[in-house]
Amino acid sequence: MTLEWRGLWADRGGRLGLLLLALLLAGALLLPPLLPDPRAMPDLAGGTLLPPGTRHLLGTDHLGRDILARLIFGARVSLGVAIGAVTLSITLGALVGLVAGYLGGAVDALLMRLVDAALAIPRLFLLLLIVAIMPRIPLWVLILTIGTTGWFGTSRLVRAEVLRLSTMDFVRGAEALGAGHRVVLFRHLLPNVIGPLAAATTLAVGDVILLEAGLSFLGLGVQPPTPSWGSMIFDAKSYLITAPWTGIAPGLAILLTVLAVNLIGEALTSMNQVGSV
Amino acid sequence: MTNSPAAAGPLLVVRDLVKHYLPHGLFARGHPIRAVDGVSLEVAPGETLAIVGESGSGKSTLGRTILRLEQATSGSVQFEGLDVLALDRRPLQALRRKMQIVFQDPSGALNPRMTVGASIAEGMHIHGLASSGDIPLRVAELMEEVGLDPEARDRYPREFSGGQKQRVGIARALAVGPSFLVLDEPVSALDVSVQAQVLNLLLDLQRRRGLAYLFIAHDLAVVRQVAHRVAVMYLGRIVETGPTDEVLATPRHPYTQALIAAAPDPDTTARPFKLTLPGEPGDPSRPPSGCRFHPRCPHPAKDDRCRREEPALRPIGHGLTACHHAAPNP
Amino acid sequence: MSPLLEVANLRVSFPLARGVVTPVDGVSFGIERGEALALVGESGSGKTLTGLSLLRLLPPSGRIEPGSVLRIGGTDLLALDGEALRQARGRRIGMVFQDPMTSLNPVLTVGSQIAETIRAHFPLSAREARARAEALLVEVGLGDTRGRYGNYPHQLSGGMRQRVMLAIALAAEPELLIADEPTSALDVTVQAQILELLDRLRTSRAMSMLLITHDLGVVAGRTDRVAVMYAGRIVEEASTAALFASPGHPYTRGLLASIPRLRGPRQPLRAIPGNVPVPGQWPTGCRFRPRCDRVMPRCDTEPPVVPTAEGHTMRCWLGETP
Repeated sequence: MTLEWRGLWADRGGRLGLLLLALLLAGALLLPPLLPDPRAMPDLAGGTLLPPGTRHLLGTDHLGRDILARLIFGARVSLGVAIGAVTLSITLGALVGLVAGYLGGAVDALLMRLVDAALAIPRLFLLLLIVAIMPRIPLWVLILTIGTTGWFGTSRLVRAEVLRLSTMDFVRGAEALGAGHRVVLFRHLLPNVIGPLAAATTLAVGDVILLEAGLSFLGLGVQPPTPSWGSMIFDAKSYLITAPWTGIAPGLAILLTVLAVNLIGEALTSMNQVGSV
Repeated sequence: MTNSPAAAGPLLVVRDLVKHYLPHGLFARGHPIRAVDGVSLEVAPGETLAIVGESGSGKSTLGRTILRLEQATSGSVQFEGLDVLALDRRPLQALRRKMQIVFQDPSGALNPRMTVGASIAEGMHIHGLASSGDIPLRVAELMEEVGLDPEARDRYPREFSGGQKQRVGIARALAVGPSFLVLDEPVSALDVSVQAQVLNLLLDLQRRRGLAYLFIAHDLAVVRQVAHRVAVMYLGRIVETGPTDEVLATPRHPYTQALIAAAPDPDTTARPFKLTLPGEPGDPSRPPSGCRFHPRCPHPAKDDRCRREEPALRPIGHGLTACHHAAPNP
Repeated sequence: MSPLLEVANLRVSFPLARGVVTPVDGVSFGIERGEALALVGESGSGKTLTGLSLLRLLPPSGRIEPGSVLRIGGTDLLALDGEALRQARGRRIGMVFQDPMTSLNPVLTVGSQIAETIRAHFPLSAREARARAEALLVEVGLGDTRGRYGNYPHQLSGGMRQRVMLAIALAAEPELLIADEPTSALDVTVQAQILELLDRLRTSRAMSMLLITHDLGVVAGRTDRVAVMYAGRIVEEASTAALFASPGHPYTRGLLASIPRLRGPRQPLRAIPGNVPVPGQWPTGCRFRPRCDRVMPRCDTEPPVVPTAEGHTMRCWLGETP
């Protein structure tokens, strides 16, 4: 992966994305111990819907809770769900894609028809159905659900790359040298698939953040009092005129995260087009 | 490596090799592509046999099928007496050490994510030919042997020029100690001034290591430079074969004559010929009836027999020619 | 009588991450009416970019540097814009590219692509344009089959597609035809056909031709003059016969010595050592210096262009030694 990191840093957009993401991750991981627990009792007496000020840097929400604290804890949730779900879907998709592309024949046909069928089902409705059935779902179920519904596109991408790479002479050369299936798959095919895969992965992270935010906004994802950016917007929707900062803060957080991730993804994509076989 | 010069018997014997590509898929229709349609040849140790042809001739497929990189449809390939096509996995893997291949396009022939040192060493790893301590030394030796700076072993292919990448490909093939190399258009994708370098290297290596080559090419001038014998292929079959000098000086088959006439030549300043072959190289999924060359053949004695009956290779001069009307003495 | 095409001091630059590179660095040549000039070079020599510059078809980031002169029949090509430039392309200069597979629009019939070019340059009705397109198809040797006009590119072989490309290039009746490696992607017997066709068309239309190629064999006997390019510059220019008979520049001599020959006595190939330099990493002084077998101390300064015989020039210090 060293080729990727060097290239990312060199690309202006990629560098910005990396810095932004690093900042967000650092904030999400390091700051929480320093902040009051946002699930603590709502501080109705302390002042609800206070605008940003010295005590509460981003103001308070309708229950008097510090928005900045909730934002940072919410980052953990949103990013956690995104990274967890994407890891799951990328792994599933890569596995299926590799197997289908390498083995070909009936296996390939079967797997791809399954993928075609699954892709025909709108993802959002499927998720809504699942989360509506189980109203108070634990976080890990949410991650599992999003992850297992998101791998189809990746499998096609990986399969296409594997098919393309299999015809290249360096793979034939490895076969001619006596390399077995394992060597071909893991030394030759997989490393060359990682490039396009990394690009797709980072873009998927952005998608899932938006997805989770949407679900939470609809009241179906992460449940109160656990903060997530989507649920914060849900809470803020009644107060947007009178206390806009309650909505702007989480909205901006989502925007910046998705932007960071997309910048990285685009940088990776353009690197793949230029430097690879 | 022991290599007795005029060794007993040929190294490689191919008999009636056939490779057809069948249309596949759920709704497959159409004719099979008869890429190699009955080819027989022999290569002696230390010798270079060139296979010459245009697109659709099957020359590349022939090379790959001999190495079992493609699965043959029928026929036999004997290497040092072993039946290559019938070998099981383990003995086949052992045989791979002796028969290697160098590809045409230096860019596609190397894994862009492996250093050139790792690519060269790959064969040694697979066959356990050297301990991990020894490998860097062996890689350095090979790189020097092909004219590369051993210090460059940790660089990636994209940092090298086409000619250098081709040298890496050659080193990679040599790493397992083969006695036979299939060279699939090894200089066609290189710049003119670099082609001579690589050709000279290949000749050098042959002398020093006693290698036998199956040299696949479309350029007759290159073939003249490196090959002892040449076989001309058209639509999956050999139409003429013999010692290089003789085939080039007195070609018997009309197709060979046309290839020679069409070859660009920087020697002459006046066009020496007016023979331009009409049409295009045929479609290997629908070869013409009888002699496959007959639709394009300019021979004055072309007749109905050419349309009906496929000519067999028969001895003429020091070689073989497949033509009903080829004269023993033109 | 002034030449049809005048190129003087052509310089083309590209901004890259590592700085500005100038792959065409001071190229000058001329082509007379009815003459064929070959521009010979390997990859990185700048020959293709030179050809593209004549039609102002450079990639968006490329720039023709000020000081370059490009004139056809007296018209300054660099001063043209918009409609005038569009007219010049095709009507005055036509171009055929290397890869017929990607040069044709796959969703249009070949006939309509020819007719489209005709109508872009002449005020003809659809029917008249079609008739002319059919005539062109015959002229390029594709007239034997009825319905060829309605064929799609994928139905044709490589050689046939290249003939269609020629027909399109000729449709506007240009005075100069640029052929950039027109046969490199073709089989050798088909290559001979296409080269023969080019010869015929040139004579029948009294057209000038710029043939860009890496293959010296293709040039012999087909062009009147040859210019050899190396590292962005022309290093030798002469009549074709003179270039082969008495090459002066060490690069030209090196090339000729390293090409395998089909006829004549078989010699071991004498390879030029080293690699072709990449634009932006050119040696100082004479760019061929690191690979030259006759290098002298003064070669670390730019050699001038010197005439060695009538109509024969080269860019080398050796030309100055009496």
